[in-house]
Amino acid sequence: MPDDLIAVAMSGGVDSSTVAGMLHRRGVPIVGLTMQLWNQRRMPDLSPEGSTGRCCSLDDVYDARAVAQHLGIPYYVVNFQDRFEQQVVRPFIDEYLAGRTPIPCTLCNNFIKFDQFLEVAAGAGASRIATGHYARITRDEATGRHQLRTSADTAKDQTYFLFGLTQEQLSRSSFPLGGYTKPQVRDLARELGLPVAEKDDSQEICFVPNGDYAAFIDAYFDEQGIRREATRGELVDRDGHVLGEHGGVHHFTVGQRRGLGIAAGEPLYVIATEPATQRVIVGRNEELLRARLTARDVNWIAIAALDAPRRAAVRIRNKHLAAPAMLFPTADAARVEVRFDEPQRAVTPGQAAVFYDGDLVLGGGWIE
Amino acid sequence: MQSHYFDHNATTPVSLEVREAMAEALSNVWGNASSVHRFGQAARQRLEASRRQLAALLSCQPKEVVFTSGGTEADNLAVLGAVRASRRERRHVVTTTIEHPAVLNACSQLEREGVEVTCVEVDGGCRVDPDSVRRALRPHTVLVSVMHANNETGVVQPVGEIARIAREAGALMHCDGVQAAGKLAVDVEALGVDLYSISGHKFYAPKGLGALFVRQGTKIEPLFHGGHHERDYRPGTENVPGAIALGRAAQWAAENLASEAARLVELRDQLERGLLARIPDAGVNGGGAARTPNTANLWFDGIDSEPLLIGLDLRGFAVSSGAACSSGATEPSHVLTAMGLSKERAKSSLRFSLGRSNTSSQVEELIEAVGQAVAHLRRLSPAYAHA
Repeated sequence: MPDDLIAVAMSGGVDSSTVAGMLHRRGVPIVGLTMQLWNQRRMPDLSPEGSTGRCCSLDDVYDARAVAQHLGIPYYVVNFQDRFEQQVVRPFIDEYLAGRTPIPCTLCNNFIKFDQFLEVAAGAGASRIATGHYARITRDEATGRHQLRTSADTAKDQTYFLFGLTQEQLSRSSFPLGGYTKPQVRDLARELGLPVAEKDDSQEICFVPNGDYAAFIDAYFDEQGIRREATRGELVDRDGHVLGEHGGVHHFTVGQRRGLGIAAGEPLYVIATEPATQRVIVGRNEELLRARLTARDVNWIAIAALDAPRRAAVRIRNKHLAAPAMLFPTADAARVEVRFDEPQRAVTPGQAAVFYDGDLVLGGGWIE
Repeated sequence: MQSHYFDHNATTPVSLEVREAMAEALSNVWGNASSVHRFGQAARQRLEASRRQLAALLSCQPKEVVFTSGGTEADNLAVLGAVRASRRERRHVVTTTIEHPAVLNACSQLEREGVEVTCVEVDGGCRVDPDSVRRALRPHTVLVSVMHANNETGVVQPVGEIARIAREAGALMHCDGVQAAGKLAVDVEALGVDLYSISGHKFYAPKGLGALFVRQGTKIEPLFHGGHHERDYRPGTENVPGAIALGRAAQWAAENLASEAARLVELRDQLERGLLARIPDAGVNGGGAARTPNTANLWFDGIDSEPLLIGLDLRGFAVSSGAACSSGATEPSHVLTAMGLSKERAKSSLRFSLGRSNTSSQVEELIEAVGQAVAHLRRLSPAYAHA
């Protein structure tokens, strides 16, 4: 077994399959590993035949295995189902119940892909991993720090989900697609003759069929025997006037307009959710604007710490255009105050605030 | 890279003598064994010769052997067939927590059909206590199903004693002998069982071949409906070349049983001694009990068997851990948790199952590779206290 073996995280999709194909063509010794994260058959009513987002379906494992066989590389499926449920699915549900809007992909990156997966790969003899993420890793020769930079394909860039990576994790990871655009990756997949070259892109939250996270949470409640009535509550305005009823705070996210079920003279949006009282507060679009936020559990990548206020461009959602802001250190080193030059719409607790300097990721944290 | 195979409880390679017998049969014995003409008669003659070879392996009469598509079908035919054939109004089945899914899930199917099922637990040594079977019996118990040897640990169950208890209570006794046939001397008369399942690919025949011993006079419902093959127990044109392969494998097993068992026990003991001498904080699951000669199941504290298994395969050593789920990932063995092992210890366990191709020098190489891999994993493991 070679000392420089690299484990490629293969999902059965075109991106990770292309990573395996590229590395193999370069003569890099690789082993393909697929993480079995979730069993879609647990909630059969949720994912009828033909629905999208069937993560870890047998079809995806079949595709990953077909790619490995096409390349002639060793390939295994590793069972992470317990860890995924404990460290991604339950926190995801808890966050919604606490009135926040979580990002399971970041939890998965922090606790599964760049933690347990690295560990299993190392245990099997691969000290480094490669994934199909659209991001780049570079090294700051002056400080010796590993840096995370945005992808050449800005539309596909995934650095927003990777802000939690530690120096140790970055030092053992590589993102071979970081310098390519998605169309280039598809061309490469075709050129390599990969059987998944024309496969559709996966959707955002892999274990939630059709993106309907509220239906997923309800189905999980049913499976776990949690009573749903306990989550019902009132829709109120800023002054506490009751405007209607709702089926649970987990159905709502800040900035949401649809599905409120109230007729009003002007468009109403979710301004906040109050899990303690099970109330959802709605209001006008202007009421969604915020000029500042606090980020907790901040992880720094390009810098070791924030010693003084500094300028940065801050993204508060994956598709958010980074907004100019000032970062201020607080008494708690893990907390940063962000003051935007212009107020931002729908600053959502539970989402991440990721700080950029050009294409460089300075760090990021969770919006309080 | 050279690969060494230590997973014979999963399957065995087809042996040379079986390949030759089957190749000859595929060329020459293609008639339909139910046909009246000479082509059919030739096939029938070879089929019955094979049945005699199976009967010799099991110490039964040839007419008590029913060919099936494998161990799963044999288990299903026995469990579903025996219970469905009972005319009693209330029906109850006793089995154990360490059975193969082919028995456990057949019992789940019976539960859906209104049959009561009791799963008897095992002790920490993977043994079924005959007294707990006795306590589980009810007046309307129609079937007791206990495996002969466990696939994960190799532990041999007191089937004779359990069969006596079952039959005294008026119940039929089925024994899943898939992991025993070809490894232990099997005498269905001495055991006193009514039904006994075997699978060819566990003793050097190809996959898709098995048989069920059905004691003369035992009533079972067929699973399939068709022609009058296999005494109406198993309709479908007989797979004569397959039966010939299975018979040849049975003949080799019967002739070489004692010598091969002695050789494998020595290799197994060499493996266990070597691993335990080299690796601290490890032990043998089911080590205190009578076991099949070829099976060693060991736990190694502080490690996860999944990267261990992958790392060993990358080094050229094929072993197994737990059960494969539909995706190909592994799950902790239900047998080890049923023995009372913690989830962590079950997940730290690896099964080594030896066979004809293994040699003493291969076992030495395996000990070295496992020793290195466990040490490597423990260096990485935060859970393992570095004493």
